[in-house]
Amino acid sequence: MEIARNAPRLTAREAGLVACRNCARVWTPDHDRCERCGSRLMSRDAGSIQRVWAWWIAGMTCYIPANIYPMLVTDTLTHESASTIVGGAVEIANHGSYGIAAIILIASVLIPVGKFIAIAFLAVTARRGSGVPPEKRQHLYEIVEFIGRWSMIDVFVVAILSALVQLSSVASIHPGPAALTFALSVIFTMLSAQSFDSRLIWDKARARRIAARHKKDD
Amino acid sequence: MTEVTAGATALGRPLEDLIACPSCDALYVARMPETGGRAVCDRCHTVLIAPKRRAGLRIIALTVAVLILVISAVFFPFLEIHRLGLGNRASIIDTATAFSSGPMAILGLATLFMIVIVPLIRMILILYVLTPVVFDRPPWPQARRFFRWSQDLKPWAMAEIFAIGCAVALVKVADLAQIGFGPAFWMFSALVVIVLFNDNYLCTWSVWKSLETPRD
Repeated sequence: MEIARNAPRLTAREAGLVACRNCARVWTPDHDRCERCGSRLMSRDAGSIQRVWAWWIAGMTCYIPANIYPMLVTDTLTHESASTIVGGAVEIANHGSYGIAAIILIASVLIPVGKFIAIAFLAVTARRGSGVPPEKRQHLYEIVEFIGRWSMIDVFVVAILSALVQLSSVASIHPGPAALTFALSVIFTMLSAQSFDSRLIWDKARARRIAARHKKDD
Repeated sequence: MTEVTAGATALGRPLEDLIACPSCDALYVARMPETGGRAVCDRCHTVLIAPKRRAGLRIIALTVAVLILVISAVFFPFLEIHRLGLGNRASIIDTATAFSSGPMAILGLATLFMIVIVPLIRMILILYVLTPVVFDRPPWPQARRFFRWSQDLKPWAMAEIFAIGCAVALVKVADLAQIGFGPAFWMFSALVVIVLFNDNYLCTWSVWKSLETPRD
């Protein structure tokens, strides 16, 4: 194993093979589809970065109105109030529930914005290479993939509240237009993250390392 | 797991003995770790193989439990509120249909899919794929396609996120009205725990391996 550590690790592509990203089986390059699971085989997904950006832009476009328009419209006996994502969190904080306000702010502001930045960073560095080690970037990608779905929590809260709080004239809650655009934004960003071929992170890093080694040899 | 190194002749091996990391493309000779152990890609630390003892039977049992819970949770009232003598109860279906006007209806449909239909479909697909495997029968027709679908649907099954959403919603209305929990609320909570366990037991590589080997 010690010898193996020093030798460069072989990838499926360098071995002249194509790996299935779905079931991890390898095939000779003449296969179009994985015979085990039926997924389309691509040594590297050439259109990956383009699709990442397309979904990314779609997600960003939806995220802007999601913050401008109200998420929730509350009718009570005395008044009608509409609150945006940030406005709703501030309101809750004023009532003293700082914990919940923090959850909402983290789930619907910090995480979505963080995700946009992280995906953009991954897409740019997959092409250009980066000083950030590939292990770190792979880890970042896994976090983005894992956390993306959890942003839907806000949409579900709106759904639950609108279904539950229907007390005729006393109090009723309706979803605002931002609920739709926010949900779309979350879905588009999930698709953007899914389009990313994480193997690109490693190819670039490897090419850089090999180039550095050659330079040292000269 | 043995690493395939540039100098080694491991490529002389049949292709079905090899495994490539889906995240970073590193190539290995697949070797089943001990039950309960894990084979991890040592370049990017993605878990490649993680067999569990009697996993198949456990997954089937848990999946049946989930099916029953989802179906009953849909029809029982979920949460109820009271204020000034007025009350309202909502079932999960009510929640999904809360977005009913105009373009919001799309969102209602999506919500229904993500919290009920997709988790349900996934469970049925997994049952269909695993039942013959566990009882040592040849896989049923289309098993591979259905297992792939169940994996593709995984990120879109959001029952557990919905459950946490309930907790947030409860706090939000706490000062507006009194809240009661319906039976479906507890069923849904149980469901979330089971779903999390279930995904933990499922080693996809082992399943693919067993779907690949002809068993007659």
